Amino acid sequence: MGVVNFEDLFEAKLAKNDIIEPKDWMPDNYRKHLIRQISQHAHSEIVGMLPEGNWITRAPSLRAKLVLLAKVQDEGGHGLYLYTAAESLGTSRDEMLDALLTGKAKYSSIFNYPTLTWADVGAVGWLVDGAAIMNQVMLQRTSYGPYARAMVRICKEESFHQRQGYELMTHLAFGTPAQKEMAQDALNRWWYPTLMMFGPPDIESPNSENALKWRIKRETNDELRQRFVNQTMPQIEYLGLVVPDKNLKWNEAKKGYDFSEPDWTEFKAVIKGNGPCNKERLASRNKSHSEGAWVREAAAAYAKKQNENYQAA
Amino acid sequence: MSNDSQGPLWEVFVQKKAGQPFVHCGNLHAYDKEMALQNARDLYTRRGEGMALWVVPSSAIVSSSPEDMGSFFEPSNDKIYRHPTFYQIPDGVGHM
Repeated sequence: MGVVNFEDLFEAKLAKNDIIEPKDWMPDNYRKHLIRQISQHAHSEIVGMLPEGNWITRAPSLRAKLVLLAKVQDEGGHGLYLYTAAESLGTSRDEMLDALLTGKAKYSSIFNYPTLTWADVGAVGWLVDGAAIMNQVMLQRTSYGPYARAMVRICKEESFHQRQGYELMTHLAFGTPAQKEMAQDALNRWWYPTLMMFGPPDIESPNSENALKWRIKRETNDELRQRFVNQTMPQIEYLGLVVPDKNLKWNEAKKGYDFSEPDWTEFKAVIKGNGPCNKERLASRNKSHSEGAWVREAAAAYAKKQNENYQAA
Repeated sequence: MSNDSQGPLWEVFVQKKAGQPFVHCGNLHAYDKEMALQNARDLYTRRGEGMALWVVPSSAIVSSSPEDMGSFFEPSNDKIYRHPTFYQIPDGVGHM
């Protein structure tokens, strides 16, 4: 066999739309990019349990409570699928958790905003999960096999999340004037943070070029953001709510809506740790992690003992 | 790092319906086999995805490596006589 250039082989696979698997050769930067992206994605799922978990004990009906419990449990599951996908690249669960708990790792800026009212639970399911789905549908075809497979599972489950959120919004928007006002207030507060979820504009996005080249991403931040606005507008109109953007209007020439950019200075501040809830989120994660330490230690000790008995027998 | 860890990695296989093969669906961390099975149920079968589960310590899995793929599977590539279409059957004998 002649000399094989692994880099050429890797490029050829990407060009053919082949999938890269954990044991395949890959450039270091591809591996690093994926570890960063997948672990951030996993952290987002785990921290994302907090804003909604905030409402489980105060859900207004048993049905609403069951739905919310199931949704928050799903988010935990999504985090676990993603952590193992990242582990297949050579990082460890402990390393990733450590990075999250010490504040070294990032997660989606959206989860640093507070859920002030019950309408926020609807807005999160409808808008935040809706935006996440837009991104995740694209990632089902990402070039790294374990990540793509995790996304397929996640997308199947997210659909329930978005629908339950929209259903909740319809109850409020067609309810009493006070309920409708609550729905409008939630939309006002979540609209721009949701648009931020797609990341900075293409011209300022530091990681996009490689992500597109390696087929980790297949569409740009701006393309996804535009599609999200186009898809969401009829849903907002149906509810009789108003987008907090005076510049938003249909543009016949591009067959899409024109809209205002979110405040990117705010975005950067939240990413840097200065959003309304960054400290609270990290403190909550650290609290549950340290309160669960005795359970992990007991389980590990029990497993060790079982193993010793097994070997002695 | 301390003794505080997430436990070893396990591979999860799920059987969708009786009679069907077990298919790999993902992996998880657990400290022992009982917990691995319970976690697999909670993580991979929340929506009726299966009716039976296998969990296997990841360290017990032995796999072929992609670099050797060509030479490893080569011995069967030239044996076309292993396929039914290799053989000529006369027209009059019906489906075989």
